[in-house]
Amino acid sequence: MRTRQIELQVMRYDPEQDQEPRFQNYSVSCQEDWAILDALNYVKENIDTTLSYRWSCHMMVCGSCGMMINGEPSLTCKTFIRDLPDTVRVEPLANFPIERDLVVVLDDVMEKLQRAQLYIIRKDDPPAATTEYEQSPAALQKFKQYTMCINCMACYAACPQYALDKDFIGPAVLALAHRYNLDSRDQGRAQRLDILADHDGAWNCSFVGACSEVCPKHVDPAAAIQQMKIDGTLQWLKQKLLPGGKA
Amino acid sequence: MEHVKTDIAIVGAGGAGLRAAIAIAQANPQLQVALISKVYPMRSHTCAAEGGAAGVKRADDSLEMHFNDTVSGGDWLCDQDVVEYFVQQAPLELVQLEHWGCPWSRDADGSVAVRPFGGMKKERTWFAADKSGFHILHTLFQTSLQYPSIQRFDEFFCLDLLHENGRCTGVAAMEMRSGRFFHFEASAVILATGGAGRIFPFTTNGAIKTGDGMAMAYRAGVPLKDMEFVQYHPTGLPGTGILLTEGCRGEGGILVNRHGYRYLQDYGMGPETPIGKPVFKTMELGPRDRLSQAFWHEQKKGNTVATAWGDCVLMDMRHLGEKRINERLPLVRELSTSYVGVDPVKDPVPVRPVAHYMMGGIDTNIDGETPLSGLYAIGETACGSLNGANRLGSNSLTELLVFGKRAALKASGYAAGQRKLPPGGDSQQQAHSAVARVRALLQGGKGTENLAGVRREMMSNLEEGAGIYRDEAGLQATCTAIAGLQQRFAGIEVHDKSNVFNTDLQQALELKNMLDVAETVSASALARQESRGAHQRLDFPARDDENFLRHSLASQRPGGAPEIGWLDVTITRSPPGVRNYSGNREP
Repeated sequence: MRTRQIELQVMRYDPEQDQEPRFQNYSVSCQEDWAILDALNYVKENIDTTLSYRWSCHMMVCGSCGMMINGEPSLTCKTFIRDLPDTVRVEPLANFPIERDLVVVLDDVMEKLQRAQLYIIRKDDPPAATTEYEQSPAALQKFKQYTMCINCMACYAACPQYALDKDFIGPAVLALAHRYNLDSRDQGRAQRLDILADHDGAWNCSFVGACSEVCPKHVDPAAAIQQMKIDGTLQWLKQKLLPGGKA
Repeated sequence: MEHVKTDIAIVGAGGAGLRAAIAIAQANPQLQVALISKVYPMRSHTCAAEGGAAGVKRADDSLEMHFNDTVSGGDWLCDQDVVEYFVQQAPLELVQLEHWGCPWSRDADGSVAVRPFGGMKKERTWFAADKSGFHILHTLFQTSLQYPSIQRFDEFFCLDLLHENGRCTGVAAMEMRSGRFFHFEASAVILATGGAGRIFPFTTNGAIKTGDGMAMAYRAGVPLKDMEFVQYHPTGLPGTGILLTEGCRGEGGILVNRHGYRYLQDYGMGPETPIGKPVFKTMELGPRDRLSQAFWHEQKKGNTVATAWGDCVLMDMRHLGEKRINERLPLVRELSTSYVGVDPVKDPVPVRPVAHYMMGGIDTNIDGETPLSGLYAIGETACGSLNGANRLGSNSLTELLVFGKRAALKASGYAAGQRKLPPGGDSQQQAHSAVARVRALLQGGKGTENLAGVRREMMSNLEEGAGIYRDEAGLQATCTAIAGLQQRFAGIEVHDKSNVFNTDLQQALELKNMLDVAETVSASALARQESRGAHQRLDFPARDDENFLRHSLASQRPGGAPEIGWLDVTITRSPPGVRNYSGNREP
């Protein structure tokens, strides 16, 4: 198979050694069918065993290997040598603290995933243990795309609002909350509203849409957030203005 | 060393670990659960499962049929009481997931859709397009977030089990972020660490699947059962080993050799069925072991297609049409297009068998209990003998749920009934030994050996000697080679000295785990002098019920080859018979 020499410029940072991040260059002879992840694995096995990064599935679904590739938030297993120039800059995901080399600290988004109540909430009892909910293919289609989020956090790295304000709940978590709001089995929309429609929630989005552009799974968080703003307004009006609405 | 006291420590936060954690939190919110994983839960390899989860659903199906398919699929090495419980509980667990929000694909009437799968007599595989495992994992993870009694320890690498007086007392671990060591003190420990496909060079398994739980149990004196049974999935993408789901064939995809001939009919799986109209338990819907073995023969005969990544056969899905492929197999289309440059809508996709799943694992009974009191195991890391000598596709996702829950409830009862004892000398000593082992790697190491080199040799030896077909000479050579690599491991130097997210160190610890697992695979395969399911011996080509209708048990013997013992198979109502995948004539 044909190979091509690629110059990888990889950001390195060990908090025990380095005052600040630095770049290290590795020259790698890459097969033309490789993804950037294969080149990193080549470095790790053959050139420099100290390079640290996360990866597992190598099939675009575990969400571990999100990094900046030539400035774009990307999955390294889904970014192919054939689509890249001879020099490739690999950096940890933007907008997150660096833990070590290409590994970022994810505490903030993990806390937000926890906070957003991303599970089915019921007021009524669910059906019997032997009986499924009825859900038409059309009802499934309403929220299906938002279930595709793999939590790679590329959207946070792309989000200009999250860059400015770390309190912003952010695209992936809002899209997932919207997924449950739209699910015909869920009755928790009002309960999620307090978290999602306040100033750290959907209203904080400046609608640049970068999140949707970089999503490797073609989820459209920007659309979810816009819909939530409308939902939030309607819900708020209903609660405030209708008799018997929750004040 | 930091101390964490908890009631139940669960190691591994994939499908099985999460299901267990939720079961405990629901059954007894007073019990503290420490959910410990070397990765964030969403990264667990459950996410890579594609095709679906089996459970009887249709009116024309029955528990009896699911039972029979599973037992014959497993070549009668399944414990039948376990299979009976499994098929009963399967539909309940799949409905439970539906209640938790799993986005199962639906029929037009709004009920959950089911698809055909290999070795199954009816459509009973519940699916969410071709990302079933991903959706199951995320549904479980998100559902688990509502239970305050579940405390997660993400990116903690477990080193060894702690035990004293025949009772498991906890686990020693290292926090990846800081390099700090933790002593988890627990009344019960549940291992849910997944399989060990990474001992092979060509595998569908993600980087994290290094057999950590199996190795920890083995080192703690718990036997590993039926380790010789390694499942090769017949349709992996060449080069990367990425899985193309059995759902491709369930939906009607066919396999052809380089002459365009549907070769499966030559290997007891005929007669040929009409294209696009798959027939249960025949041809492309035969079981995985038979399909992978057929490839081996086709390769010997020169009937495979030479590609840049080695010999392949072709999976043709063109007749399904773009609409159905997009609807039912979108990931398959994306993976084929991205990684081998073939769009299944337009061209047949090259595929070849790839190491996929360990039928064997930590010896457990139907309750997930291991011989070590207080230690439980679930999911791929366990061998509760549901799958016997060959697992049917889509039984394992359901297995995570059914036995994840059952073992969790058993462990809850056990933990609630245990008087909490302060850790005694043995546990402390073991925790310190585990730490010493890590420090030795970091500080010592003569540097005479290279980590990646030893790992490559392990992989190639296993593929060479313990692949789809095996024989005495090859297995003997593999056993000897693995023993040699165990010695050479001492010479490995970890170059990275940092305490922070040290993946060089982690890979060294994982390699040790894989070597431990690898020695049980090759030794068990050498001891089983018959051919059954996924274990095929060229020198013993027949199944031998008289001598080997038994589970193998590999126990560690420090400094030597594992000791192999045997355990009877539980047979309740299906005496060993003939596996028939020819024309669906089987009852």
